[in-house]
Amino acid sequence: MKRVLKPRQREQLLGSAYGWPMGMWFTLFFTIPLGIIILYSFMKRGLYGGVEFEPTLNAYREMFNPSFAMVVVRTIWISVLATLLCLLISLPCAYAMARSKYQTLLLFLIIIPFWTNSLIRIYAWIFILSTEGLVNSMLIKIGLIDEGLKLIYNNGAVVLVLIYMYLPFAILPIFTTIDKFDFSLLDAARDLGATKFESLFKVMMPNIKSGIYTAFIFTFIPIFGAYTVPLLVGGKDSTMIGNIIVDQVSKTRNWPLASAFSMILTVVSLVGVFWMLYTGKREEMMKKDGPKTPQALEKRVRAHHRAARGQR
Amino acid sequence: MKGVEVTVEGVTRAYGDFKALDDVSVTIEKGEFFSLLGPSGCGKTTLLRIIAGFDYPDSGRVAFDNKDVLSVPPEKRQSNTIFQTYALFPHLTVYENVAFALRLKRMDKKTIDERVKQYIRLVQLEEHLYKKPSMLSGGQKQRVAIARALINEPSVLLLDEPLSALDAKLRQSLLIELDHIHDQVGITFIYVTHDQSEALSVSDRVAVMNKGKILQIGTPYEIYEAPATRFVAQFIGESNIFECTILSCEPYGEEFLMNVDVPALNTTVMVTDYDPQPIGAKMDFTVRPEKVRITSGPPRTTRTEVNTLKGIVEEPVYSGFQSKFYVKLDESPDTLVKVFKQHTVFLDDGPDIEWLDAVYVSWHADDGYLVKDTSQ
Repeated sequence: MKRVLKPRQREQLLGSAYGWPMGMWFTLFFTIPLGIIILYSFMKRGLYGGVEFEPTLNAYREMFNPSFAMVVVRTIWISVLATLLCLLISLPCAYAMARSKYQTLLLFLIIIPFWTNSLIRIYAWIFILSTEGLVNSMLIKIGLIDEGLKLIYNNGAVVLVLIYMYLPFAILPIFTTIDKFDFSLLDAARDLGATKFESLFKVMMPNIKSGIYTAFIFTFIPIFGAYTVPLLVGGKDSTMIGNIIVDQVSKTRNWPLASAFSMILTVVSLVGVFWMLYTGKREEMMKKDGPKTPQALEKRVRAHHRAARGQR
Repeated sequence: MKGVEVTVEGVTRAYGDFKALDDVSVTIEKGEFFSLLGPSGCGKTTLLRIIAGFDYPDSGRVAFDNKDVLSVPPEKRQSNTIFQTYALFPHLTVYENVAFALRLKRMDKKTIDERVKQYIRLVQLEEHLYKKPSMLSGGQKQRVAIARALINEPSVLLLDEPLSALDAKLRQSLLIELDHIHDQVGITFIYVTHDQSEALSVSDRVAVMNKGKILQIGTPYEIYEAPATRFVAQFIGESNIFECTILSCEPYGEEFLMNVDVPALNTTVMVTDYDPQPIGAKMDFTVRPEKVRITSGPPRTTRTEVNTLKGIVEEPVYSGFQSKFYVKLDESPDTLVKVFKQHTVFLDDGPDIEWLDAVYVSWHADDGYLVKDTSQ
């Protein structure tokens, strides 16, 4: 007899069929390489790059070298500072966009920079900031200064260019949540005695939290792993974890150490992503009265029946 | 009375070329339940937002108890608003929503708790204290909005179509509840609605608005029985309204009895009014459908004050407690006269008047009404 599938079963089957190529892709080009990196970080370094298959914790021990610790600390403060500034700039910016008549145009303007290669954009900043660059020559022309200021090859320049690079990633998610925000809530807050400022902080902020979390993750993770920006506009004291990894792979040829540093980046990203998923899930649960997924619905129905049976 | 008198004087508000409010003046008395009634886009919500402080007039004055409030920001005005979409804070529970205003004032926790519970009791939401707004039904959300607005002890409560999102039955019961609350708190209520039955049933006075202007202010009774303009006559309730010309006018007790020519009916009818009207004046003649009698035979009286027309039932609409009849007149087949007949006795054998029956429609001259202002 021919076996007939119920619609739900068929859907599940089709779902796994459709998911298969993507699953394979991720396994081959993401999960397996990640596994290799994890494995390498616990191996002995090979003399000319590569590893010798001899388990050791040497790589992790080497990380506690004071000069590396400095880099880790610097990476943390630069990332935190750049991310916070990104959020601070993008909040009013996204608010203005959400309320503007020219929303589509503004969105378009935010997206335009993505059409240019990031390296080219960094070089443009070098041109703007360098000692004989745009800013300095203009300031000299106006007569404010006599000789070029040192605007580039320091941590300030790194933070500035990082903010420039990742600002759209902060603006877009915040914009989407503000766009969905019910602005009559602000009127209601004002009506109940809140000042403009209070209404923004007590009513708007809690309701666009999810957008701010997403913006944080979207900017913090790539900034934490930044490598080209500190390399091109940073000074000798601007090295970040990304630069160490490159150095260890290509110059020092200490692959286990490079892998160990990669592990830091991966762990930080994973923690961030899980945190986002968790808060997102919780938000969703709190917002919606009923369960969202069919599984949860089924569970609820079953619980209901059980309770009904108990009463009888 | 705890409420304030709200004065609006010559308020004009334009959005580009569109005049949302055109020189509007009205005085709302202390503790009054006052309705702003009009079709959507008539400016009633704009007027409410100006009184609340969310919008500013281009010119004119708004005062509470004769003190100008236009320079006062919304958070400092003695008014609170119930919004059409409720505007409950989705991230806060019912309790926190109601406590919002008091927490802003940094009152001590015990007082807040007492007051919140008192107002939650007023709107009967004791069981839902710790639910989020998304878990409440429409009616419950509306009650939260009422409690949240009242806890601030405003002098004026502004209600922006508060019941429009609810179903008909619930709307009725919440309306009565609002009326009770009004009696209890005794403050001034300004109620914006496009639903005339809401406005008529609970208001002390009603202002009918259209195209940015107030056309008539009066008690529900005045608005219904003596509409000042053609628009008011058509907007409030149902009516038969026709253009007419005064032919004759003579004293009739304390009133005046007039014979008017109604081209649409292709005949003349008798109508009374407290004021004599000049012969030849053009105005509108109206008679409410429920004041017209419909009978199979000719009416027994032959007095001249009773207008009688003959016709055929074009469309009977049975709705339980009453039937609506659209009657095509023999004299003027292009005009349909609306007649409502209340079913006051048990209908054993179905309706006594049916489709295509020949009928007589009649009404007394006292039951007709002349609308003098036909310009708007």
